[in-house]
Amino acid sequence: MTAILSTGRGPQESRLSRAGALIVMLVFTLYFLIPIWWLFIASTKSSAQFGNSAPLWFADFNLFDNIGQLVAYRDGVYLKWMLNSVLYAGLGALLGTLFAAMCGYALAKYRFPGRDLIFNVVLGGVLVPATALALPLFLIFSQVGLTNTFWAVFLPSLVSPFGVYLTRIFAASSVPEELLEASRLDGAGEIRTFFTISVRLMFPALVTVFLFQFVAIWNNFFLPLIMLRDEALFPVTLGLYSWNSQVNQIPELRLYVLVGAFLSIIPLVITFLLLQRFWRSGLGAGAVK
Amino acid sequence: MNLKRTAVAAAVLSAVVLSGCSSTGSEGGSAAASCAPAEGKVDLSFTSWIPGIEEVVDVWNKENPDIQVKVQTGPNGNSGTYQNFFNQLKAGNAPDLGQIEYDALPNFRVQNGLMDLGACDDVMAAKDDFVDWTWGQVSLGESDSVYAVPQDSGPMAMFYRADLFEQNGIAIPTTWAEYKEAAKQVRATGAYITNFSQGDINQFAGFVWQAGGSWFDNDGSDWTVDLTDPASKKVADYWQDLIDEDLVSTVPTWTTEWDNAYNSSAAWTWNSAVWGANSIASGAPDTAGKWAVAKAPQWEAGDSAAGNWGGSSTAVFTGSKHPYEASKFALWLNTSDEALTMLNTSANIYPATKEGLNLPVLKEGVDFYGGQPIYDVFAEASSEVSEDFAWGPTMTQTYNDVSDGFKAAVSGDGTLLDALTKGQSATIDALKAQSIPVKE
Repeated sequence: MTAILSTGRGPQESRLSRAGALIVMLVFTLYFLIPIWWLFIASTKSSAQFGNSAPLWFADFNLFDNIGQLVAYRDGVYLKWMLNSVLYAGLGALLGTLFAAMCGYALAKYRFPGRDLIFNVVLGGVLVPATALALPLFLIFSQVGLTNTFWAVFLPSLVSPFGVYLTRIFAASSVPEELLEASRLDGAGEIRTFFTISVRLMFPALVTVFLFQFVAIWNNFFLPLIMLRDEALFPVTLGLYSWNSQVNQIPELRLYVLVGAFLSIIPLVITFLLLQRFWRSGLGAGAVK
Repeated sequence: MNLKRTAVAAAVLSAVVLSGCSSTGSEGGSAAASCAPAEGKVDLSFTSWIPGIEEVVDVWNKENPDIQVKVQTGPNGNSGTYQNFFNQLKAGNAPDLGQIEYDALPNFRVQNGLMDLGACDDVMAAKDDFVDWTWGQVSLGESDSVYAVPQDSGPMAMFYRADLFEQNGIAIPTTWAEYKEAAKQVRATGAYITNFSQGDINQFAGFVWQAGGSWFDNDGSDWTVDLTDPASKKVADYWQDLIDEDLVSTVPTWTTEWDNAYNSSAAWTWNSAVWGANSIASGAPDTAGKWAVAKAPQWEAGDSAAGNWGGSSTAVFTGSKHPYEASKFALWLNTSDEALTMLNTSANIYPATKEGLNLPVLKEGVDFYGGQPIYDVFAEASSEVSEDFAWGPTMTQTYNDVSDGFKAAVSGDGTLLDALTKGQSATIDALKAQSIPVKE
């Protein structure tokens, strides 16, 4: 840890500590990348070679063949799952971010009775793990007959207490009161002010919230497991898990699980690469004030 | 792994919730008040995790326009679907029918989740169509009741490397004593005769089943837990001895390491169920054509007893409005040649009916086993499985506790018998914690 921190200190850095920092970072990079490398290698192998070739290096390159088989299996149900995941995570994160932004902004910029109480309740929500809410949600959705529908997974995904927390802090520090006053004087309504001025100022924070929420929904496994019975509604995590639970008896599924898992991280990687720039500035900007 | 843990943790959590609130529950009596046909068209829902079940159900739907079945799916039972069933029973929206493995039926029974199909004459009339012991598994020891229709079975036999046994002049063992002798000879060549599984407690239960033991019993009100009956002791001591003398390997099963042991001829036999035929074929592809299947080794020369590992049933849940139609569908699914053949081709389902064991697809030679018609061995084994083995209402917990003990035992901490003893008391505690009456 000290090695990493000391690299920030500038020119008087000794070579030794710089090398130390590099080594530590290298070890961590390897630690995180090796499983992905393994997954990539495993998805390029035929199921016959999977067991008896070096786990971290290529055998015959069968990736496209494997993908073809995966996509063809059971009329392309895998593609359906990917599409579902993109819908749940993409739409859910987009709307979730919007709601969180509105809520956080309102809590930061408007004075009204119960403001702190609401904020504290939301903060409490950050502490409750989503897994613990899945069963109560199931019982509630059962009463209104919404289990086993798109909404059963989508609606709970719109809620992000952490997003509210982050946008409130960010709005308080990065949206100047003077600017809002000016816009009000010029005759803009509150909603117009929010969308044309505040949202732009809060953009880095919104990207952060979006990414967090996107990843959280994409990886949320327990809620769909409890809510969904219809294979056509499954997100990719639940679908692969179902297959994986049957590998002992239907061994050919192992290959599909591996290739499917590999493909399923690609959208996450793309999202991160595209939005990473904003994210970094977002985290930094929030921390300075 | 993590997912599994979370699921189990939540399962435990909600089991507590379930039993805690059972006074308000909608789960009343489980007996089917009547089993009469309904007027007009009936829609049923059926949850199963068998891949390809949709195509089988489509055939039924085409032939029976008045009884339409909709398939729902999920991960296999213990990986989440059972917990979903309990949640749905609690919420009052359980499907009409569901797939439940034999070892999980008592759990649903004690929670009043299963409809007693004893009132359905068609079901009772089909009793003799099923292999006798499978009926015992679904009637749960009650004579006029039946809580599910048997679907598949997992009679056990011995998979072995015919080529290696022959090359080394080792006789194929027919008793467990001979098996140990063979194990020594195999060990002398540097290989192991088999791998002892620390995690597959239901495989071990299959061994106990073969030896004539039974882990549970219910006299109508009270449960008896007997993980350390003489048969279990005998089996535990036998495998402990093989482990102590380093005659069996103990790698975790269902891993690449385990597949490799078979693929590289480091392990020569596997005492497994009929569905294991495919596990070897896919795990050890380089050994194709070199395997064969023989009757399981016996405890006494001349005996003929087999164990069972796995198998599931189709149950009708409490709250289904159409037990007559549901049981009619369940019978078709699990007895008709058409459905059984489709289930066997798409998902290796091995039938539970006497007729089903003679399906043409089960008479063919299998290339991986040198062209041997291996299913003949399993059909014989199926007829030799005892009717007396019964499961308890908290099998997930029992498996976990015994498995923890087995893992410790193979690394030298305690013995297999110690693990069973601990599993015994942990199971009794678990039953008491759920207010299930238990005799000590």
